[in-house]
Amino acid sequence: MTAPKYIKGKEPHKSEYRMVFRNVDRRGWDVSIKSYIADGGYKDLKKALKMKPQEITDEVKTSGLRGRGGAGFPTGIKWGFIPPDNKKPVYLICNCDESEPGTFKDRYIVHQDPHQLIEGMLISCYAVGAKVAYIYIREEFPEGAKILENAIEEARNKNFLGKKILGGKFNCEIFVHRGAGAYICGEETGLIESLEGKRPYPRIKPPYFPAALGLYMCPTIVNNVESLCHVKHIIAMGGQKYANIGTPRNTGTRILCVSGDVVKPGYFEVEVGKITMGELINDICGGLRKGRKLRGVIPGGSSAKVLRADEKYTIGTGESERTIGINDIPMDFDTLAACGSMAGSGGVIVIDDSRDMAWILNNINTFYAHESCGQCTPCREGSLWMKKITDRMVSGAGVPSDLKTLTSVGDNIAGRTICAFGEACAWPTQSFVAKFPEDFKKHTSRRNAGKQLNPESKVAAASLKS
Amino acid sequence: MEVSGELNKQANEYISHYPKDQKRSASLPLLHLLQKEHGYIDEEGVNWVAEKLDIEPINVLELVTFYPGLRQAAPGKYHIRVCRTLSCAMAGCYDTMEKFCEVAGIDRSKVTHHNPIAVSEDGKFSIEFAECLASCGTGPVCLIGDDFYESVKADNVAELIEKYD
Repeated sequence: MTAPKYIKGKEPHKSEYRMVFRNVDRRGWDVSIKSYIADGGYKDLKKALKMKPQEITDEVKTSGLRGRGGAGFPTGIKWGFIPPDNKKPVYLICNCDESEPGTFKDRYIVHQDPHQLIEGMLISCYAVGAKVAYIYIREEFPEGAKILENAIEEARNKNFLGKKILGGKFNCEIFVHRGAGAYICGEETGLIESLEGKRPYPRIKPPYFPAALGLYMCPTIVNNVESLCHVKHIIAMGGQKYANIGTPRNTGTRILCVSGDVVKPGYFEVEVGKITMGELINDICGGLRKGRKLRGVIPGGSSAKVLRADEKYTIGTGESERTIGINDIPMDFDTLAACGSMAGSGGVIVIDDSRDMAWILNNINTFYAHESCGQCTPCREGSLWMKKITDRMVSGAGVPSDLKTLTSVGDNIAGRTICAFGEACAWPTQSFVAKFPEDFKKHTSRRNAGKQLNPESKVAAASLKS
Repeated sequence: MEVSGELNKQANEYISHYPKDQKRSASLPLLHLLQKEHGYIDEEGVNWVAEKLDIEPINVLELVTFYPGLRQAAPGKYHIRVCRTLSCAMAGCYDTMEKFCEVAGIDRSKVTHHNPIAVSEDGKFSIEFAECLASCGTGPVCLIGDDFYESVKADNVAELIEKYD
């Protein structure tokens, strides 16, 4: 393995720790298996096949890897939930539905390094005893689906996949399954329903924990693309060594995707918790545009609660308790949770002082109203109701009682639905209204009645008529 | 809606990806095949998928009506999907959308939730807003057919459209 060189202008930032994104934007690199093998690819699969499946799961547990899709649940523990006396087939599903607004990391793995994902999946399949795996890829990645199908074919020709892999006893097939444009398919039980050929209505947990009752009511492990890639690196270096990267309880690296009002948006693979929000925005992303001030940050995909720039956050417990500002928040799972938000999918959306928060929330509400699957009444009705209220506000027809109604609708969705979409659609409303009331009041004051203060206003106004 | 021999062959290949007693799993792959070939899915298409998979037509129709990626009406020769969601909106996707409509001669005023697609009068282009295309760092982004474009500001639209004849 040689140290990679990168395409000019796309070199990683010096604070990055490239592992999963090692081959992204790499000079002279392509998606062929030839490129991958020349760089030491599939060596870790060979190593894994010499281990016992339980040993691999143990390494993943030791590594402390937490799911990179959004919930941050420990991957090894998830694998351990397959009932020990199971006699049914086990399935592994790669969740490549990447659709949380603000998140754009899996796209690059799939389009530029498909074999890394396939190797990670094969190792994971061997560990959990799966002979069939599916990659559920969102429909809006048509090119990605083709690249993956080709890569699977290449891997089969080299006997990394198929029957008696590398002359051993392990058989495994991977198939690509394309979604059809529904955000809810990123929710693991919704994804499973979709893969079964049904509407993707999430299942209720308990009893339908996928590790016990998943695809076709068989034990099923659903992992994010990035998580599965990390498995390969854990096997390469050993769980303990992996656990030394990052910070305790927040181990390894993760890819942060930054968009919105920064000079240099993009994707950055960093050690979890080793950099702060301020370093991410100001050093890595080149800061805000000239003359602009930070107003807020959505730290983990659009459903994560917004953080206000001038807020103070108390983190740690006991002696290590301290109060910090937004720029000093370390980007890890636990701290962002302690700050009242979440690390989620790693999608960081930066908002400067040129933005109207009512407009931002309206955009987010439109997304969730469109994507609610409609199964649970509070979410189906509530998500649309919240959109209608913010539509009204930004189109100049807001009334003073709107603020109270908006919060009350949000409060009555969260916790009352089958899946986490209820929280995902309520959190933006709850946090934006609580933290930026001045922006909303501007729209509901009688002084501004009839005024359309934003570019989106016309569209919002039109949608109220239909 | 005629199903060619080639399409039927591909459909059988997809069906083989799932356990024998779980053919229904091939619903989306088969619908994608049909839509790719014909541009949209009509009643005959629904019935064909149902018959292939030994399920009731309603089990197929309920998918077509649920998923935003499946269409019941014909799009234009080139179908444009402009990302509408937050990061792209902050980067100016509403202006991009307006410009596309202006250059391609599309009237979006009749668009509703249930009929999200607007087609140009000559049938060459159709357009709709898509929810988050997962490229938030390079917005505004769009898909034209299967081709993906980044940083599509209103100013670049006319040049982009010219590539499609």
